[in-house]
Amino acid sequence: MIQFILRRLLIALPVLLLVSLISASIMQLVPGDPAAVIAGQNASDVEIALIREQLGLNQSFPAKLAAWYGDLARGDLGHSILLNRPVTQAIAERVPVTLALAGFALLLTVAIGLPCGIIAAVRANTWIDQAVLTFALIGVSVPNFWLSLMLIVLFGVMLDWLPAGGYIPFADDPVGWVRCLILPAFSLALLQIGLLARITRATMLEILQQDYIRTARAKGLSSFSVIAKHALKNVMVPVVTVIGISFGLLLSGSVVIETVYSIPGMGRLLANAIFGRDYPMIQGGLLVTAAVLVLLNLAVDVLYAVIDPRIKYDQR
Amino acid sequence: MTSADRAAATTVTAPKSIWLDEARPPPLWRRFAHHRLFMTGAIILVFMLALAIFADLIQILPPEKMQVRLRFQTPTWAYPLGTDNYGRDIWSRLVHGARLSLIIGLAVALATGILGTLIGVLAGYFKRLDGFLMRFMDALMAFPAILLAIAIAAALGPSAINVVIALSVVYTPRMARVVRSTVMVVREMDYVKAAKACGARDRWIIWRHVIPNSMAPLLVQLTFIFAYAILAEAILSFLGVGPPPPTPTWGSMIAEGKDYLREAPHISLFPGIAVALICLGLNLLGDGLRDVLDPRLRVQYG
Repeated sequence: MIQFILRRLLIALPVLLLVSLISASIMQLVPGDPAAVIAGQNASDVEIALIREQLGLNQSFPAKLAAWYGDLARGDLGHSILLNRPVTQAIAERVPVTLALAGFALLLTVAIGLPCGIIAAVRANTWIDQAVLTFALIGVSVPNFWLSLMLIVLFGVMLDWLPAGGYIPFADDPVGWVRCLILPAFSLALLQIGLLARITRATMLEILQQDYIRTARAKGLSSFSVIAKHALKNVMVPVVTVIGISFGLLLSGSVVIETVYSIPGMGRLLANAIFGRDYPMIQGGLLVTAAVLVLLNLAVDVLYAVIDPRIKYDQR
Repeated sequence: MTSADRAAATTVTAPKSIWLDEARPPPLWRRFAHHRLFMTGAIILVFMLALAIFADLIQILPPEKMQVRLRFQTPTWAYPLGTDNYGRDIWSRLVHGARLSLIIGLAVALATGILGTLIGVLAGYFKRLDGFLMRFMDALMAFPAILLAIAIAAALGPSAINVVIALSVVYTPRMARVVRSTVMVVREMDYVKAAKACGARDRWIIWRHVIPNSMAPLLVQLTFIFAYAILAEAILSFLGVGPPPPTPTWGSMIAEGKDYLREAPHISLFPGIAVALICLGLNLLGDGLRDVLDPRLRVQYG
């Protein structure tokens, strides 16, 4: 197992290297003089020169890269232009909020998607099945930012049940924290709920025709314990896959959702950085999210081995 | 009910084939025509295409025409979907938005299809290129899709063509991965070995054997990428890195309505329904294609 993890880390290393290279190259895409673009239209030449100096734009691209990797080795992602503070500090501050949102959304995904998929498979070709599949299809088609707006109109404005946006830290008011996360988490989760329900259903249908299920039924076990004990365990492998993928999608979605609901997380930090042309922040943020996702994929692979004893990584 | 699931469901009850008695399986078009969900998707898509193509004929007013006195009109007979914060007719903007949305989606699907096939075939067929190409694709895929697309589109500047570039960069690796895995299977087939034994060159084998036999998953994946691209374009336009105003795009229409949710929710409502409808159509179409062309594939995700 340890050998497997090490080998996967070895494969992840060049990917991480390329990820950092791509992050560092984003500024190269800006047409013309990035410093002039960043400074804005009314900036004086002195201001532009200052920004050029600050970003090291006077250097050649290789020199810039060398500086970027030098800083990276020391754990320094540069200095944000917009916020005027270290990028690492700003990110560290926002990460817990996004993790709370993504975690909440993941919880909703599993709590709704998994049972829906199982019920649909057990009751295949009935109206329940049809309803789940229709819901799942709508879930993967509806744009989540639009859904957010509609939920805000319905629950925030018309019914006035939940806050229309904003964020209350858990430490200040746990109930308020949950209340202000419900709508964003659901908007974020809907797509994943649909995906999870569909894959759970498909896997479950396959499992239900296996011999061991027939055996379990034949020895007189109740329907419930056949499904809960024998089938559910085997459905977990694809479920873990979807959850691994979901996390990437959730991080991706948080950029838009946090902007719509004014939640001060990573997503909004990066969205603001992108619109404010705060390149050190954009580069740092891209690098951190991508690195987290690479490591997460590794964790999912390891988790497979834990769940499914048939998978042995050390032999090959 | 989705069809991959239906294929699975029918095998549960009895794995009987619909054309058991016939001498030959029915022609491909009839299998599509009998697939109810595929046809539903096709009808939705044709409807949207018609809106986009005839946008100039079915518009009520030019999409950029402002009428200060007729701002925030709720749907009426004269303006079936109402007017927006500048008094522009939402229906007219919607049909013109359909045009842009479909063009961008199609352009992304085409670019992704060509680039993804090229990279996927090279990586899947030539083992020496595999490591390098796929590590690079892995690196691009490591970034959250929307985040990378926003960053690229914002860096390049807001325009339709830059949206296409950004989305193609983001979705090409996903396409390449699908093509590569199919090519790796096809490469080991006996007919490829036979062709090699006959002295066929790699280029001939790729054109005559590998690509045609990898078409089915490629086509299915392209349909889904078409849907993702339309969804992503709406997000980019919503955030303001899409085609600049006053060009009507569904995403920017939703964004304009965002500030008037309390008084006039219909401004954001209709373009969102349009996005959802077209994605629904494409998802149904993709599921249908997969059922008919390649029933072994399971539910797509990611």
